[in-house]
Amino acid sequence: MRLLKDAFGRRVMGFVTLIPGLLVLLIVIGLFLKSKTILGVEPLSRLLFSSAWHPIKGQFGLLPFITGTVWVTVTALVLAVPVSILAAIYLSEYAPRWVREAAKPMVDLLAGLPSVVYGVWGVILVVPFVGNVLAPFAGVYSSGYSILAGGIVLAIMTFPTIIHVTLEVFSTVPQALRDASLSLGATKWETTRHVVLRKGAPGILAASVLGFSRAFGETMAVLMVVGNVPIVPRSLFDPGYPLPALIANNYGEMMSIPRYDAALMMAALVLMVIVLFFNVLARQILVRVERGVR
Amino acid sequence: MNGETPISIRNLSVYYGDLQVLRDVNLDIPARKITVIIGPSGCGKTTLLKSLNRLLDNAEGVRVRGQVVLDGENIYAPRTEVTRIRKKMGLLSQKPQVLPMSIYGNVAYGPSIHGLRSKKDLDQRVEHYLRVAGLWDEVKDRLREPASLLSVGQQQRLCLARGLAVEPEIILGDEPTSALDPQSSQNVERRLLELKQDYTVVVVTHILRQARRIADYLAFLYLGELVEHGPAADLFANPKDPRTRAYLTGEIS
Repeated sequence: MRLLKDAFGRRVMGFVTLIPGLLVLLIVIGLFLKSKTILGVEPLSRLLFSSAWHPIKGQFGLLPFITGTVWVTVTALVLAVPVSILAAIYLSEYAPRWVREAAKPMVDLLAGLPSVVYGVWGVILVVPFVGNVLAPFAGVYSSGYSILAGGIVLAIMTFPTIIHVTLEVFSTVPQALRDASLSLGATKWETTRHVVLRKGAPGILAASVLGFSRAFGETMAVLMVVGNVPIVPRSLFDPGYPLPALIANNYGEMMSIPRYDAALMMAALVLMVIVLFFNVLARQILVRVERGVR
Repeated sequence: MNGETPISIRNLSVYYGDLQVLRDVNLDIPARKITVIIGPSGCGKTTLLKSLNRLLDNAEGVRVRGQVVLDGENIYAPRTEVTRIRKKMGLLSQKPQVLPMSIYGNVAYGPSIHGLRSKKDLDQRVEHYLRVAGLWDEVKDRLREPASLLSVGQQQRLCLARGLAVEPEIILGDEPTSALDPQSSQNVERRLLELKQDYTVVVVTHILRQARRIADYLAFLYLGELVEHGPAADLFANPKDPRTRAYLTGEIS
């Protein structure tokens, strides 16, 4: 009887573990089937690389949305990664214990805030700041609803995640290893730079990828501040229209226009492929870095 | 050179929060000898050793009272530059801690942060100290490989070379053979015996037989108190305090 239970338990757990893997596959297949109607009419290259988005005329060029997504995400990461790593270094290596203990729950709280809240905050604060301060400073006109605003809001949303994971990574570096460096007469900064950061490099990369994945798919907050104009952005102050925003904004009304739904499914598929691609890429880098550090 | 004391510990007390770990320790450490600090686990041996190069500074909630005089200078004086103190001492820890870089990088790390830049000088320095640590022949063809690929015994000798490469006066060993197999332990002990020609060595251990093999000068620490110290031969043959006698005969451990 106990052996039976054991065998049964193993089957069930094995099956449950299979589910997430199957889900990814199912989603990809589902999206592909749904977007097949449009793939039959329009060549893939025109869908991906045309910037003409006129659903009424039957033109579904996704290029503005793909570039919009990439621009916003890259902007966010350029802002978030250095800030997060420096903050994590401070908290783990320099800050007195009470600061660390106070900061950790606050960082985690930030990670848990609903994204609409970030969106509202972005509209109230970041958008005017970009429109009235940064754009004139850079000598261009901008309404404020822009790639940059989206990037800033997104950066603020991702850095709790990156800080949290990076802190965990730093705490796995043994104190004795720091001591080894310090006992040679290295300063704290030298120890941090040459030992802690190096030892933690794979983990920091993983943390950034986690942030990346979140940033790519983040919809609500970005949608609220990025402007949602289907053009290929030329500067940080231009508005953009990322893929998730496209899907969320139009999903309800797509039925009235032929092939619109298929185009949106296609957009979702493209988003998914981009995210998967970056995850795989990051994994490759991770393996290489790990081999180098060890 | 006899009678020279590079390190004098004066009325040293260390507290972790409310817990007093060292009680008013006074000890002069003789130059160019191996001083072995023995005592049961948790008696404060490691704390005593770490207090010598101010590694205790990093721990949270530690207070130190008293003085450690190194070359006539109290290292706990307010304006002492701690990196300069630490450069004078190489540390071997319980488990070898190789830095996450190549074999070469581990040895070159110390000298290069202290300003040695020329590739030729660094190469020389690395080779020299790898030879002193008895590791050169084993690694000379793989200096660029990650140090973590070495065996644990090799790693410990690499740590020794790394410590020596900053040209300290003193070598500190915190149970430096406790993670090693017998052969590697013997190898490290042999290095230490060679090195006492040029360096002052302080080793913490709880292995009595090891103390017998390498100690010139012996200090017995019990529950944070320095019970007895003196030339190793005298102390082993003729312990004065009953607690020392009990420890040496194995009645307490």
